[in-house]
Parts: sequence; C-alpha cells; structure tokens
Amino acid sequence: MSEQQEFLEKARSPFSEAFEMFRKNHAAMAGLVVLLLIVLGGFLGPYLYVGDPFEMVWAPTTPPGEEGYFLGTDYLGRDMVSMLIYGARVSIAIGLSAALLTVFIGITVGALAGFYKGWVEEVLMRITEFFQVLPTLLFSMVIVALFGASLPMITLAIGLVSWPAVARITRSEFLRIRELEYVTAARACGVTNSKLIFTVILPNALPPIIVQAALMVGSAILFEAGLSFLGLTDPNIISWGQIIGSNRPYILDASYTVTIPGVAIFVTVLAISLVGDGLNDALNPKLRQR
Amino acid sequence: MAALLKVENLRIELTTRDGIAPVIDDLSLELNAGETLSFVGESGCGKSMTALAIMGLLPDKVGRVASGTIMFDGEDLAKASDARLREIRGNDISMIFQEPMTSLNPVYTIGEQIAEVLRRHQNMDQAAARSRALELLDAVRIPNPKSRVDDYPHQMSGGQRQRVMIAIALACEPKILIADEPTTALDVTVQAQIFDLLRDLGKETGTAIILITHDMGAVAEMAERMIVMYAGRKAEEGPVDQIIEHPRHPYTKGLISCVPHLVAQLSDDRPELTEVRGIVPSLMDFGRDECLFSSRCERADDKCRSSRPTEMKFKNDQHSACWQAKEL
Repeated sequence: MSEQQEFLEKARSPFSEAFEMFRKNHAAMAGLVVLLLIVLGGFLGPYLYVGDPFEMVWAPTTPPGEEGYFLGTDYLGRDMVSMLIYGARVSIAIGLSAALLTVFIGITVGALAGFYKGWVEEVLMRITEFFQVLPTLLFSMVIVALFGASLPMITLAIGLVSWPAVARITRSEFLRIRELEYVTAARACGVTNSKLIFTVILPNALPPIIVQAALMVGSAILFEAGLSFLGLTDPNIISWGQIIGSNRPYILDASYTVTIPGVAIFVTVLAISLVGDGLNDALNPKLRQR
Repeated sequence: MAALLKVENLRIELTTRDGIAPVIDDLSLELNAGETLSFVGESGCGKSMTALAIMGLLPDKVGRVASGTIMFDGEDLAKASDARLREIRGNDISMIFQEPMTSLNPVYTIGEQIAEVLRRHQNMDQAAARSRALELLDAVRIPNPKSRVDDYPHQMSGGQRQRVMIAIALACEPKILIADEPTTALDVTVQAQIFDLLRDLGKETGTAIILITHDMGAVAEMAERMIVMYAGRKAEEGPVDQIIEHPRHPYTKGLISCVPHLVAQLSDDRPELTEVRGIVPSLMDFGRDECLFSSRCERADDKCRSSRPTEMKFKNDQHSACWQAKEL
C-alpha cells in the first residue's frame, strides 16, 4: 500500500502542474482570496451578522457609520450590510448557475459540431450564430418580461445569450484535437464515438473552456446587475444590481446607497477576472514562458 | 493453410479538389498468421492508406474503399459495420503510429491508457487491468514499470512512449499488428531496440506484423516477405532475401541501392550510393494505363508508357509488375 501511495504521489498530472503555475501568480491568488472572502461572507454572513435585509431598521438614508449602522441604511431604512450579505448570495448563485448553464449548452453544441463536422456542424453553428447576433440585453429583457422575473428565468436568460462564445471555443478545440494522432490511436483501439468525445477529446479541450467559464461568472453577475438595475428582477429577492436600481432616484441625496453595491460588484468581477486570467496563464502552455 | 488476412483487388479512392484519384489501385496481398510482412515505398505511395483501410480508419468523406475485399477470418472488413470494426480494432488488429510523441493522450497516465484497452475488449476490472498493464510495461522492457505506470506521457522519452504504444497495441494479443513507420521519429539506436522488441514480441505472441517503412535496412532485419509499393500499385512482392538478392523491378533496385550496407553486400562495382531520380507522379496521374514508374525508369520503352504492366510470377514466389521483369 505504501508503495502504491508512493507512486501516486509521484504522478504529476498536467492539471496539478497548472495549479502550481497558478499558485505562483500573485494577482490571481489575490483574486482568489478576495473571491473566497466574498463567497464566505455571503454564506456565513447571515450567521455572524444577524439582521433581516427586508426589515426597516432605522430612518431611511442614514449615512454610513451613524447610529451604529456601518454602511448606513437605504431609501427604505433597510440595513445596507444585511442587504449586501444577502445580495452576495444571489449574485454569486446567479453568476455560477448561469455560467454552468452556459458551459453546458456551449460544450454540447461545440463538441457535437466540432466532432461530427459536415451537416451537424453547419446546422449547429448557424444556430450559434443566430444567438450570437441577437442583441443580448434586449433578448434577455424580452425573456424576463415574457416569462416573469424569477431567479431561474433570469439565469436562463443570461445562459441563453452567453453560450455561443463557449460553443465556438469548444468547436475550435475539437476541430484541432480530433485530427491529432492520439485520437486516431484511440480510434485504432476501438474507442466509441461518445467515449472519444467525452474521455479523449474533451479533457484535452478543457483549459480554454475553463478560462472562459470563469470569466463567464463575472459577466453573468454584471448582466444580472444590469437587468435588475432596469427593474427586471424578482422584487422578493435582493441582489446587488437591484439595490443600485431601487436606490437610483436617491443618488444625489444618498450616493453611498448606489456606490457601495457598485463597489461590491466591481470588486467581485475584478477578482473573478484575475482568477480567470491566472487560469489562462496556468493552463495555456504557450503563455507559461512569459 | 488459409491466409489470416487476404486483400483482393483493393481500390481506394480519394476525393481531391481536382477529382477522384485512386490512391490504391488493384492491390492484392495475403498475410499468414505469425508472419512479418513489410510494405516499402516512398512517401505518398499508399502504404499508410492500405493500413488505414484494413483498420477501417480511412479519413471520413475523403477516402473510401471503391472496390475489392479485405477478408479477415472469413469476414470482409471493407463491408463491416462501424460497431463491428470497433470490436476488431485494438482487439484482433491493432496499430502503432509514426509519432510516439503525440500518439498518447496527454491527460491520462500511461497505466490508465493501457488498462483502458483491456477493460474495453477483455472486460477486465480495474485491478486486473492494472496488474496486466504492469506486466505489459515489463514486456516492452520499460525499466521499473511499477514506478512508471503512473507517469504521464510527457514524463517519458520518445522511445519509451513508443514502447508504451506497443504495449497498448499488444495488450489484447491481437492477431495482426500494423506498425506504421514505428521508428521514423526515433534516433538510430532506439530504432534498433524497437525493432528487436517488435520481432521478439511478435514471435512470443504469434502476432502477424505488417511493418510499413521506407527503411530497407529495417525490412531486411525484420520481415520475411515484402511488398514494394509505388504510386498506389504493387511493384514487387516476395521473400525479402530473394528480393534483396535479385530485385525484379527497377524501382526496387533503385531503393536497395540507396541503402549503404545493403549495397556493400551486393557488389563492389557500384562505388557510390545512387538515388532514384525524379519524384512520385501526382495523385491525378495515378489511374493512368501505363507503368507509373516509366517517367523515372532508365529502361522504359513505348510499351511501358502505353500499358500497365501485368504481374509476373517467378518460381521463387517473387512477383513483379514490370514488363521487363524477366530480363532484370
């Protein structure tokens, strides 16, 4: 058994090598730390800082620091700290689930198109292009307006407008990798098409998809903020974008009510971008030398 | 004894921008169990295409078997379904490729890649496949297989990777192993080791080997019979020693005189190495009714340029597709 462990330890997969590269990237590690703090804050916050984000706790638009409210209150007198903590959960949940949906649709379409080529590729890529030329904000507004502004609908709307980028990256990777010798060698060993797609080609195509997915989380959070700012959101939940949107009329009297959630979005998306960039450097062998 | 693999009148067509070209034209061959057969010829003569056709791996939509049969164990592989071909590949017929550096999947350990074939074709469980993988690594003479089985391909040298490829190819003890220029990318000392390994393993397991190469020296060492291909056609076929001693086709003669140590054995009246002048005709000329070698042949006459030579059979089992085979 000890022998077994010994050579398990010795094995350094391409991914563990990439992880080491990532660890050496200070900006990316800083982004990761910030991101983890935000996620932790979102999930542990409610236990550490008791307070109902919907409840009026003090006079409206109390400036930060006064009356014991660290970040002040919004136009309805709600505690901004509670709202930010609650909003972090929603923003991150939407960001992650929209990115997952994006990656799922994108990989499926891109993998089938890149692997089978021919008419499958033609049809799938024309559909992809159709979604790509749709004005994204307008299209998602239409979906949300038609089917109601619930969290799943907003996630679906974001996913539907952002998958083409992933599909195109996946397809290009599949087109490249399917011609490589180890794929022919796998065919020569009698591997079935579905196994070729999922166990032979996909793992090798993952690095740029992972990077794109990471960046997708950031853009999904931004997108959700944009939609909520326009009022296309579930009024029963609080997200950062929604705080900005609902406090917009008071921007001159209580600018912090708009600024604070804005900064939260900015920091989160920046952290995600740094992580995404770090992943890109770590997973892209051509950038490793730099 | 019936041949293990019998290819008859095989014609493979490639669709190119300029039309359809026969990359393999009327090729017949037989391979007996346990025998080593070698395909020789310049690049672009259809050696690899023949191998891919046997494996059913011709490039999609571009290449296809236009006519002829590939009989393996009483079954025509040219007409077999994809599912049936997948069962055969890696199990009954397997193949190793030219580029060991890129023929292994970079994201899996070599042990996983060997075990994968065993699990698919032999229904072995994880543990059995792993211990068999260790045995195979030992058989292909990877030193200390226990510490190498969990290595990733990038941690191994080219020669070691080719050994791993051989281990994967032989994992299911196939009846036929096709080696498509297995040593082209390796340096000379490693080449010799790989050839030794192939020969020994072939003998041990009784696997018939089709060796595709343009290295005449390797053929002389490895194979019992050889087929010389030129421009998609069989130029000459026969026992290796017979052909090297007395080639019955000017192209074979040219190829042999390109190799230093073979020349030294042949005669002293050829002090310098010679070359086969000219190049292989373009794909579009492959279908012509003439000897395709005539444009490069010193002996070519009008007959060579106006009709395709028929195959001539000699007593020593040598076949030659040359009008002047008898005089050579």
